Amino acid sequence: MEKIILKDIPDLDKIDVYVANGGYTALKKVLNSMKPDEVIEEVKKSGLKGRGGACFSTGMKWSFMPKGNEKPKYLCCNGDESEPGSFKDREIFEKNPQQFIEGSIIAAYAMGIGAVYVYIRGEYWKWINIMEECVADAYKKGYIGKNILGSGYSCEMYVHMGAGAYICGEETSLMNSLEGKRGYPRFKPPFPAVNGVWGNPTTINNIETLANVPEIINKGAEWFSKIGDPRQPGTLLFGVSGDVNKPGVYELPTGIPLIELINDHCGGVTGGKEIKMVIPGGSSMPPLNREEALKVRMDNESLKEVGSFIGTAGVIVMAEGTDIVDVIRRVTKFYYHESCGQCTPCREGCGWMLKVLNRIMDGTGRMSDLDLLISVAENIEGNTICALGDAAAWPVKHAVRKFRKDFEAKIKDKTLELPALNKVHGLQMSDEYDTITFQSEQEVVEGMIGKVQELINNDDVKRFSS
Amino acid sequence: MSNNNQLYIPLFDENEMKMVEHHISKYPQKMAAIMPVLWMIQNKYGWISLEAMKYAGDLLNLPADHVLGVATFYTMYFKKPMGKFHLQVCTNVSCMLRGGYEVFDHICSKLEIKNKEITSDKMFSIEEVECLGSCGTAPMLQVNNKEYYENLSLNKVDELLTQLRNSK
Repeated sequence: MEKIILKDIPDLDKIDVYVANGGYTALKKVLNSMKPDEVIEEVKKSGLKGRGGACFSTGMKWSFMPKGNEKPKYLCCNGDESEPGSFKDREIFEKNPQQFIEGSIIAAYAMGIGAVYVYIRGEYWKWINIMEECVADAYKKGYIGKNILGSGYSCEMYVHMGAGAYICGEETSLMNSLEGKRGYPRFKPPFPAVNGVWGNPTTINNIETLANVPEIINKGAEWFSKIGDPRQPGTLLFGVSGDVNKPGVYELPTGIPLIELINDHCGGVTGGKEIKMVIPGGSSMPPLNREEALKVRMDNESLKEVGSFIGTAGVIVMAEGTDIVDVIRRVTKFYYHESCGQCTPCREGCGWMLKVLNRIMDGTGRMSDLDLLISVAENIEGNTICALGDAAAWPVKHAVRKFRKDFEAKIKDKTLELPALNKVHGLQMSDEYDTITFQSEQEVVEGMIGKVQELINNDDVKRFSS
Repeated sequence: MSNNNQLYIPLFDENEMKMVEHHISKYPQKMAAIMPVLWMIQNKYGWISLEAMKYAGDLLNLPADHVLGVATFYTMYFKKPMGKFHLQVCTNVSCMLRGGYEVFDHICSKLEIKNKEITSDKMFSIEEVECLGSCGTAPMLQVNNKEYYENLSLNKVDELLTQLRNSK
C-alpha cells in the first residue's frame, strides 16, 4: 500500500530531499494553472474529510469562506493534539513537515488567505522548534512569503505555541487562545468562516488533513477517492497504544478491520491475551467491547454503526484483565481537569462523575451509582457550548452500559479498603471541626482562616483559581 | 498603569525587547503576543510572578488582571518557582496501562515529595500531567517543559535522576 504522508523516504523532513522527491510541485501547479475555485472543487471531489475528529468534508468547509478581500482572512492549522491516545501530528512534524506546509499554502491560496497560523501545543517543544526551522526553510526557498514563486500571491506563516490546555484543540477555543485570551470556546453561530479569529473569516484545519492536500492535487481527486472506504477515502494515521506488542503510528487505508490493524500491524495484544476494550479514536470516543472490536472496520461510517466514531484515530487497546472502572475513572479525571469551567453541566458534571467513580474505586460505591453515572452523563451531553461535555460523557455512559458487570463486581467487592467519605466529598467539613475547642477569640478567628485556606487548597476550588 | 512603571526592574534586556517586538509583529493585535511573552518570562526566570504578569501586561497595554487570567488558565505557566528539574509524568490511560503510575509513585517515594512539591534542595519537583502525545512510547515523562524521556522503566528513571542530579 502506497503511503500518502509517512512515506518511506529517508530525511524527507529536509526541504531539499522533499523537493527532490516531487515536493512543492502541487503548489507550482496550483499557482500556475488553477483558479482558487478549481482547487476547492478538486478537494471536494476527492472526498477528503477532516482528520481532527468531526469528519466534515474539507472542500465543503473551504467553500464556506467568503470570496473577496473586504476583510483579512486566516487559516489556523490545529496542531494542539492533546486527545489522550492520539499522537499522529507529531509524526507529521517529524517525518514530513514540508508536505504539511505545502498543503496549508495551497489551502490558503484556495480560500484567498494571507496569513496562516500553526497552533502547536506547548508540550511539543521539540516539534515546535522543528516547525520553526521548516517554516524558515520554506521562506528562504520562496514557498512562503511575498509573491510566492513569482505568481503574485503572498502568504505569511507563523508558528504559535500553546501552553497546556486540552480545550484549545476545540476550534473556537483555539481562536481565543490565538488572540491572547483564555481558551474559552465560543458559541456557534457565528461560525468561524464568518466571524473567526480577530472577528475575521477563519478556517481551522487539522494538520493531517492539510498534509493530504498536495497529493490530491498531484495525483488527482479520482485517485484519492479510490483509496480505502469510499465513504471516507484516503489513509489515516492510526496511533495505536496500550496493550499491543508494537505500539506506534501506522498509515493505513480507511476501512481496515480493527483486528487486522491490531494483529497484523501492531504485533497482536500483549501476552497473547484477548481484547477486553478498545477506544477507537482517542479517549473521547465511546469505547468498544470485544465483540464490536472483532468485527468493526476503522472508518467513521462503520464505527457509527456500533455507536462510536473514528475521532482522531488514536486507538487504545486494553487486554483482558484491565480494570475498566479504573480506566474510566482516569479518563474522567482528565476531563475534570481539562473542563474550562464555562458551562455548568460540564464543570460540575465531570466533578460529580469523578467523585462517584472514585467512591466505586474506594469500595464505598452503591449499585444506584451506575444509573447515577448515566444520568449525570446524559445531563452533560448536548448541554454545553463545545464538544468537551460530550467527550466527557460518552466514555462513562457507554462503558457503564457495555461493562456493567465489571462495575457491579467492583461495587460488590468488599475487600476494597479506604471508606474515604471525606476524601470523596472534598468540600464537606470534617467532624473534627465541631470538636475543636478554641481558647480565645483570636484562636477562633485563626482557626476559621485555616479552614478557609484548606478550602482554597481543595482541588475542586483550586483547578479554577491556580 | 504607566505611572507605576518605575516600581519594578525591567525583566527584559534590549535583545529580548526586540524579540517581544518580533512576537507583536506576528499578530494583527498586540494582545495576541501575551502567550509568547509569558513563555519568554518563564524561560528566563523559571516561573511567572504576579509582578512579572504586571510587567508583561504593561508591555502589551493589557490590564494585569487579563494577564493573570491567561497565566492561570494555561497549566504550563508556573505560578510559583519549581525545582531546577521539573519532572512531568504522564499518567493518562495509555501511560497508565504501561506503568505510568508506577513511574510516578517511584519518583515520589524516591525524592520524598508529593504531586506539585519541590525537594528541599530545590533540585527536583514533580507533577502528574495529562496526555503528552507520547502514547506509543509510554510510559514517559517530560523535563522542564522540554525534553521527552520515553519508553521508561524504573531502572531508566533511576538513571535519569542520577544523570540530572550530576549535570552541573
